[in-house]
This record gives sequence, C-alpha cells and structure tokens, in this order.
Amino acid sequence: MTILDIAGVHKWYGDYHALRNVSLRVDAGERVVICGPSGSGKSTLIRCVNGLAAHDAGEIVVAGETVSDDPAALRRIRTRVGMVFQDFNLFPHLTVLQNCVLAPMRVSGLSAGKARDMALALLDSVRIAEQADKFPGQLSGGQQQRAAIARALCMQPEIMLFDEPTSALDAEMVKEVLDIMKALARAGMTMLCVTHEMAFAREVADRIVFMDEGQILEVADAQTFFTDPGHPRTRVFLDKISL
Amino acid sequence: MTFVRSAPEPVLPPPPRGRDPAASSTFGSAANIVTTLVIAFFAERSLPHFLAWAFTNGVWRGDAADCRDAGACWIFLHEKAPFILFGIYPEAERWRPLLVVSVLIGLTLWTMPHRHWTRATLLTWVVGIAGSLLAMAGGVAGLTPVPPSAWGGLPVTLLLTVLSLALGFPLGLGLALARRSRLPLGRWLATGTVEILRGVPVLTLLFIAAVMAPLLLPDGMRVETFVRALVVFTLVSAAYLSEVLRGGLQGVPRAQMESAQALGLRRREVLLIVVLPQAIRKVLPPLASTIIVVIKNTSLVMVVGLFDLVSAGRVVLNDPAWPMPYAETYLMIALVYFAVCHGVARYALHQERVLGEGGR
Ligand SMILES: Nc1ncnc2c1ncn2[C@@H]1O[C@H](COP(=O)(O)OP(=O)(O)OP(=O)(O)O)[C@@H](O)[C@H]1O
Ligand SMILES: [Mg+2]
Repeated sequence: MTILDIAGVHKWYGDYHALRNVSLRVDAGERVVICGPSGSGKSTLIRCVNGLAAHDAGEIVVAGETVSDDPAALRRIRTRVGMVFQDFNLFPHLTVLQNCVLAPMRVSGLSAGKARDMALALLDSVRIAEQADKFPGQLSGGQQQRAAIARALCMQPEIMLFDEPTSALDAEMVKEVLDIMKALARAGMTMLCVTHEMAFAREVADRIVFMDEGQILEVADAQTFFTDPGHPRTRVFLDKISL
Repeated sequence: MTFVRSAPEPVLPPPPRGRDPAASSTFGSAANIVTTLVIAFFAERSLPHFLAWAFTNGVWRGDAADCRDAGACWIFLHEKAPFILFGIYPEAERWRPLLVVSVLIGLTLWTMPHRHWTRATLLTWVVGIAGSLLAMAGGVAGLTPVPPSAWGGLPVTLLLTVLSLALGFPLGLGLALARRSRLPLGRWLATGTVEILRGVPVLTLLFIAAVMAPLLLPDGMRVETFVRALVVFTLVSAAYLSEVLRGGLQGVPRAQMESAQALGLRRREVLLIVVLPQAIRKVLPPLASTIIVVIKNTSLVMVVGLFDLVSAGRVVLNDPAWPMPYAETYLMIALVYFAVCHGVARYALHQERVLGEGGR
C-alpha cells in the first residue's frame, strides 16, 4: 500500500531549479534512505513532504492527503508525519517531557495524563526516561537527538522523516542514535531517511535513492546499490564516501 | 618515540585564589583608591548633615508650628500621606482607591511565580482591572459616582501603568510581527507608526491628545482626559515594546519555528508557546528597562491635569499652614517609585536566572 506518493515534483529557489521532476513512491512499512552529495536537494525533498518547503509543480500525496498550502490540510499531514532534524531543534525553554507532550496535547487533544504516560513510555524506549525533567541544554547531543525522536513519535506518526540525524553528533554518539533508528525500523515504521551512514543504509534500507543536482539518478535495493550501482555518478559518489 | 605512563599524575588542590573581589575593587588599583577616597570624602561631609536633618532635628510629633526652623518635617507626611496617595478623591470614599491599590498590588504579587501563569490568572486580571475601574468610577452597586478628573494619586499611577502595559504589549507584539511580515504595506505602516511614536516626546503627544482630540472627535463626544492619556501611554509603550520584542524575535532561530510547525502546531501556538518565550528570555534586560520607563512616564500626566502621585505631592505642598517641606514630600514619592521600579528590576533579574536554567 502506497503511503507516500511524490509525482513529478519541481521546486525552484528563485531561479535555481532545486528539484527537477522528482518522483518517488513509498509503501507503508518501507525504509527508504536518500543519499547524494551536498546541495543535491535531499533536504528540500523531504521538507516538501510535510510542507516545510512548498513545491512549485507536481503532486505529493501523504496517506491520501494532498500537500497544498491549505493550513488545515498541512496540519493534518504534519500530525501523521514525524520529522527529525540534523540540529535536534528541541525547544530549549521547555523540559524534555514538556517538549514531548506539547503537540499531543495541543494538536491531538490528549489529556495531560495520557500525553505524559505516552511520552514517558517513548522516552523510556529511547532510553532517556531519567532525563525527562531536564532541559535540552543539559543533555548531550546524542540524548537530545533521541529526545527529538521521542518527541516526533509522540504524535504517533505513520511516516518518519529524518534529515541527517547523526551529522551534528560526535562519533561516539552516532551509534546510540542509529540503534534507536534501527529499532524503529524493526518495529515496522515507514522511514524516509537522509543520511551519509552507509553501514546503516546497508543494514536497514529496503531501497536507496541517489540524488544529484535536484534529480533522482538511481533507486535500487541496498544490495544492488552498493555492489552494482547503475549510474556512473553513483559509483563516483560511493567511491568518494568509502575512500 | 613512544610514551607509556608508569605512575599516575597526582590529584592536587587548586592554587590559592587571589584577593577577595570586594576588597580588591575598593582598594585594588590606584584609580579605585581615588574613587573610594572621593566617595568617602563626600559621604563624610554630607552624611552627618543628612542624619541631623532627618533624625536629630527631624520633627516626628507635634504640629505645623514645630516644623518652623527645624529639620525634616515628617509629621507633614503623616498628615498628608492619604492625600498624596489618593489625591482629591472624596475623603469619605477613600476605601475605594485603597481597595483598588491592594487588588492591583496583590494580583501582581500573585502573578509572579511561574506556576501561576495560567489562563485563570489572566482572567482574574481582566476581572480585577475592570472591577478596579468600576470601583473608582462608581455609579454602580450604590457607589457614589466619582469622575476620573477627581481620581488621584497612586491608583491613577498604577492603573495607567498596568493598563498601558497590558494593552501595549499585544499591540507592540503586533507591530513587531508586522515589521517582520512579508507584506510591504504592513511593514511600512508598522515602521512609520513606531518611528513617529518614538520620535516625538511623550509630553508633546499628551498635549496633542489633549488639544487635538476635541477637534478630531465628532461634536458633542467627549473623551475623559484619563482615557486620552491612557491612549497615548498605550501607543508609546507599544512602540517601545515592539522594538524590544522585534530584537528578541530576530534572535530565535527559524529552525525552532519549523520544528514546531512540523509537529502540527497552529501559527498562533508556534508564536505564543515556542517563539515568544524564547524571544522574551533573550531581551529581559531591555524589556525591564522599557517597563520602568513606562512606569515613570506616567508622572507626565500632570501636564494635562490628571492627578497622579507626583501632582498630588505638588498640591499638598501649596498648603499655606505648612513650611513647604519639598524634600520630605519628594523623598516619599521617590521611594514609592523606587520601590515599584526596583521590584520590576529584581523580578527581571530573577526571571533571567530561572529561565536561564534551560541553558543554551
Ligand atoms: N531556503 C533556500 N533558499 C535558496 N536556496 C536554497 C534554500 N535551501 C536550499 N537551497 C539550495 O538548494 C540546493 C539544495 O539544498 P538542500 O538543502 O536540499 O541540499 P542537501 O542535499 O540537503 O544538501 P546537504 O547535504 O548539504 O544538506 C542547494 O544548492 C541550496 O543552496
Ligand atoms: Mg540537507
């Protein structure tokens, strides 16, 4: 069952053609990793999925709802799509727990008690339940990113978008975040994940999308992608990142 | 060459910490010594005079005659304090302004801890202010009507302050947001409004409101001086607050807004719950200064014939029965202002500490 359908999407920043006729279908439960060189439009693409960036042409349908500039429709989509950012973007003036219960209470209308129970359970699943009452500034980068994942999961999303979730982390914290993401993948979450962690991609991804200059150059299953890439630029890219 | 440690480095206590900062700032450098001596010299000269005036020769009991050729005439304040605090408000009805002042101060104190920042508190404020205005004006529930021109003293100061800040804050936020908006018209209007209000002395604006309003309003419509002054103070507060808030809003990263939107929060929630608290935290010191300026500005209403704390003080000084104790009267008024403004400053400092706990 298709849960995300990106069809013929274009986006321009001024005169710059940032997305060029991008099409991609993602089935429910599928794990898709997007990779490509810097500036290739990976962030732009996943930000179009939940309307943080507006696409100029083509169509994006998330769980039956078309992404448009209608605020109500956008909000409905955003409650079903969780997003994790490179820089965590927790709200620094709220505790971890308050970060987590904010949207469930305001957007989903959960009671304070229900939201709290769910948040604590999810914080426990990302192994930082004991940090619930601390402020984000008091946590390590890895803990902050795990809190941010828990915050997104509190909305019980059907898809999770990740934009280079480990790029701002010190090496020793990358693993703790990737472990959480792997657990999420095993639990059957639909994931669309921009990352340069190729070992993670190889282990988790059902399909890998390679982007360059705003276009999708190749889509392949992980095995084919790494052992027998079809596009010459994919090979160049893989050579570069594996040194 | 390789190196492998054989014995651990010992753990040592820190080296001694230099001199006590209070002692070193008093006597530390040559410049500090000179400053200290100059201050000591003047204190030594003037303090005894002040103490003699205030205490040794101060008049603490007796009547007006005892104040001739004496020191501080404290009995004058004892006698006139009710007038300074409540102005020309009818004496028999003074419990009403007293109640209003207690309610406003009580509400302010109640609102200070974070756990009281609730919708219920906001509602209580609305009811409290409306009730205060009714209690002052009378004409309901069997209370004798008292027109705003007969209000006076502290309640006028407090009501003008609270109302112009409470109304000016949302207005200022609106102006700040308009200046950041994508619509050029909104930007121009907001910028123009703010620049005009900041560029003209408040005194002038008060005169304009007093003189021009009757010309602009339709015939037969009269607006109380109190309301006209309130409009001026609200607009001026809004202009100053908007600039402070704009600075704070600029300091909040865009990514904060985006991650709030990504969670499905509405624009209003993104602004009020995520962006505004962070913006305010960044500008607490200038925000406190602005609030203090607004408080002190209210003393300008004297020029349009309103009776605030300062004007009431000037009136009691005209009593021919007394030897015009200026210093004592203004000292008392200064103390009231200082208590309020210092309270604001301390509270802002406290908030900086509490809100700073989040780090970053
Ligand atoms: N808000 C913007 N305004 C103008 N140009 C933009 C904007 N955001 C991105 N771009 C440009 O669009 C192109 C694609 O950017 P995008 O952030 O999607 O790349 P990316 O693949 O995520 O790169 P990276 O790996 O560095 O994160 C880049 O050339 C970038 O400079
Ligand atoms: Mg990116």
